Amino acid sequence: MTDVIAPPGTHEPAEVHLPPEAPGNGHEPHGGHEDHGPTGILKWLTSTDHKVIGLSYMITAVAIFYLSGIMALFMRLQLASPHSSLLTFSQFNALFTMHGALMLYLFAGPFAFGGLANYIVPLQVGAPDMAYPRLNALSYWLYLSGSITMLMGFFVAGGAAQFGWVAYAPLSSATSSPGAGPDLFLMGIALTGFSAIFTAVNLCGTIFYLRAPGMTMFRMPIFTWNMLVTGILILIAFPVLTAAVVMLFCDRHFNTHIYTAAGCHLVNGLPMRSCGSPLLWQNLFWFFGHPEVYILALPFFGIVTEILPVFSKKPVFGYKGMVFATMAIAALSTGVWAHHMFTTGAVLLPFFSFLSLLIAVPTGIKFFNWIGTMWHGQLTFTTPMLFSVGFLFAFLMGGVTGIMLASPPIDFATHDTYFVVAHFHQVLFGTAVFAGFAGLYYWYPKMFGRMLRESLGKWHFWLMFIGFWVTFMPQYVVGLLGMPRRVASYPSNLGWQSYNIVSTVGAFIIAISFAFLLVNFVVSWRKPIPAGDNPWDGHTLEWFTTSPPPHHNYTHLPPIRSERPTWDANHPDALTVPHGKGAHSNGKANGKVTASV
Amino acid sequence: MDSSLTCPPPDTPESPAPRRKSPRRRLAAAAVAVGALLLTGCQLPTFGGYKGATTQARSTFHLWQGFFVAGIIVGGFTLLLITWAIFRYRRRKRDAETMPVQTQYHTLTEIIYTVMPILIVIGLFVATVVVENKVTAVEPNPYARVHVYAFQWGWEFSYPNGVKIIGQTTDAPTMVVPTGETVRITLDSYDVLHGFYVPEFNFSRYATPGYSTQFDFNVLHDGVYRGQCTQLCGLYHSLMFFNVRSVSPSAYQTWLRATGAFQRAHPSSIGQLPADLHANINGTVPSYSGNSGNSGSGNTGNTGGALYGD
Repeated sequence: MTDVIAPPGTHEPAEVHLPPEAPGNGHEPHGGHEDHGPTGILKWLTSTDHKVIGLSYMITAVAIFYLSGIMALFMRLQLASPHSSLLTFSQFNALFTMHGALMLYLFAGPFAFGGLANYIVPLQVGAPDMAYPRLNALSYWLYLSGSITMLMGFFVAGGAAQFGWVAYAPLSSATSSPGAGPDLFLMGIALTGFSAIFTAVNLCGTIFYLRAPGMTMFRMPIFTWNMLVTGILILIAFPVLTAAVVMLFCDRHFNTHIYTAAGCHLVNGLPMRSCGSPLLWQNLFWFFGHPEVYILALPFFGIVTEILPVFSKKPVFGYKGMVFATMAIAALSTGVWAHHMFTTGAVLLPFFSFLSLLIAVPTGIKFFNWIGTMWHGQLTFTTPMLFSVGFLFAFLMGGVTGIMLASPPIDFATHDTYFVVAHFHQVLFGTAVFAGFAGLYYWYPKMFGRMLRESLGKWHFWLMFIGFWVTFMPQYVVGLLGMPRRVASYPSNLGWQSYNIVSTVGAFIIAISFAFLLVNFVVSWRKPIPAGDNPWDGHTLEWFTTSPPPHHNYTHLPPIRSERPTWDANHPDALTVPHGKGAHSNGKANGKVTASV
Repeated sequence: MDSSLTCPPPDTPESPAPRRKSPRRRLAAAAVAVGALLLTGCQLPTFGGYKGATTQARSTFHLWQGFFVAGIIVGGFTLLLITWAIFRYRRRKRDAETMPVQTQYHTLTEIIYTVMPILIVIGLFVATVVVENKVTAVEPNPYARVHVYAFQWGWEFSYPNGVKIIGQTTDAPTMVVPTGETVRITLDSYDVLHGFYVPEFNFSRYATPGYSTQFDFNVLHDGVYRGQCTQLCGLYHSLMFFNVRSVSPSAYQTWLRATGAFQRAHPSSIGQLPADLHANINGTVPSYSGNSGNSGSGNTGNTGGALYGD
């Protein structure tokens, strides 16, 4: 593998090895005209190249995102009137179950750590591929089969699972939720769970062992750092979920009573005090579920931390602070699961409340770092930058309401109402959608060698940004009025309908915005605008190679002396001001340094 | 925060609009007004929350106000910084040939933005614990006890003298409680998880099969308060309503006696659970151990009152 990279022999190479001035995609991969395996459909089916697998992941995940979004539209239509007959109760219950499961298990995570990370991390650390390419292919096929398995639930008798994406016991037991739909749901989770575990192993292995010479840990891009921490979180959380799901499957089919309370008695005919516990499911599920929230957030924090410096023309403000904040969030996230269980009356409230509140501290550090990165910069509002700034606003709102919910008395008042629905949609939409699509717009030129249209991208952003607030702000209000989540109908005399109508309108604005993305794809495919190697004046290593990168990624590498090797190579006059040397400029100094391009 | 309980109710009209003054003086007046509002706490708006129909709910409401104000301050400050950065530091024409200073790190700033949030979090946590202890406290000798059983898809309210109120989706049951006195709720479920939620009580609690929990509330005023199941419990989750009707203690006692006598005379008048649930109820052994002396087994639907023996 290493023979494909041609790095200078030392750890601190002294010279800049710029690639030849080849126009467009003119790079010949090392080894010239060697056969790189099949092409066409066979390539997609058999490849172990991280770029092909990463793209497969992203295409599948975005397709699932659209599908799941359409489900959300049906639910919003149902809720636009109090007693709608658009959907039956059971259809509605199946839709919100599958909407949540698809978005969380099959879109947000796989899009980030299966798709983007798979494609970008090896490039960012200067590796030719992932550490275990065949395991990588296995991950994708497990993910795809898990997704299909879960979706098959719609086609079996009784329909898809209807117990919510959290599958709380004992509603998810064989008596309360019979049929094949729930089984397919659980199997889908188990399969994608293994896929996530394998990808995490692969990412950690790649980052630990395949970094290019000079790429020390503290020179890795923040995106790669966040993917490493995410990988570790996956290794902590997903095995617990997979095991819990297998136990639930046993409860459903093999007469075990791990999560059922009443069943013990029915089996033995005698009173038993130590039988299964429905609360055990909640503890196990949220021990996965809360790290999962950060598994879904950290990669997207990473994306934003890549984009903001590039379009501010500055380095990340507090690089090490960012890394430690990410680690702190990950560590804390393993100790806050029971804030989902405040209203069970069975958990130690102060402990989980304090740790949950404490997560605000590293998250705040991240916020101020993002602001510090933009401070005294020269901001250009390209589509990726717009989406990243949109993320800042969205995540700020979701974060503030998250702090409220970390306080048990406030959680008692709002638990399982639309207040919580609005909160986590603002958080997850802020991360997975705003930041996720920021990443898509940002790296699309690298992946395909062609640009997406800026005008269409801006239409997408502004419509989505407006739709986002219109959809979710009324949900806070109606939640405070007491509207529970997961209801297919609601009393018409409580004044809830107007808020729901506004929310439905917002959802359709979001839907329209995503049509612009599809159009953008088509236009970029029909009438390509070549991107060149480095259209954004990027900082990190992936912008050094061609777009799309050649087989095994690099023929040359620049010297890696900082977090921004590509920037350093392109702007030798504008290197990062070292730590502590007049680090805080007074703003007047702005513009004294001339660009070197 | 509790001192604000003695303040006039927050829905009194806002202070009248000030007479015409110079902009600067008006600004100063506004600043003073906002500061005074924050200090007194009693004139704050509700921020969309319920003021609370129980003493516990009032405490939660004041905590909510505090968190909301903190949220406005911290969130507003951050929002201001982001907005400032976006507009002030956008690239202009005159930047064409220049490069921003490539600065990184500033130790003092970093210390400030780490320590300040920690202090804020500690403040929020202390307020949380104070209110949480009030809201979850259970009195040793409550005035009234109601045992609530949730089931798919309805509620059963059992009183110590044997009175049972059972209602399902088509007929929401009403729990009668005494105003101003401590009411102890013991919460159980016959089948799956449910959520006992009364919006105006600012409180919800899961009904978990096999795990009974308890909480107290003291309703402040007579009235009817709507409640609903909040935890997804299957097909008709959307229709699982109930009401809490609060009446004077004497009216409560009269109602309790009269209903008890009537139900003893007409056992069939007690609402019936679905047939298949009866088997489940008789078979279920909820873990009552340690709960107000009613630990026992075989609590049947119709004779439950005998178990309480008060």
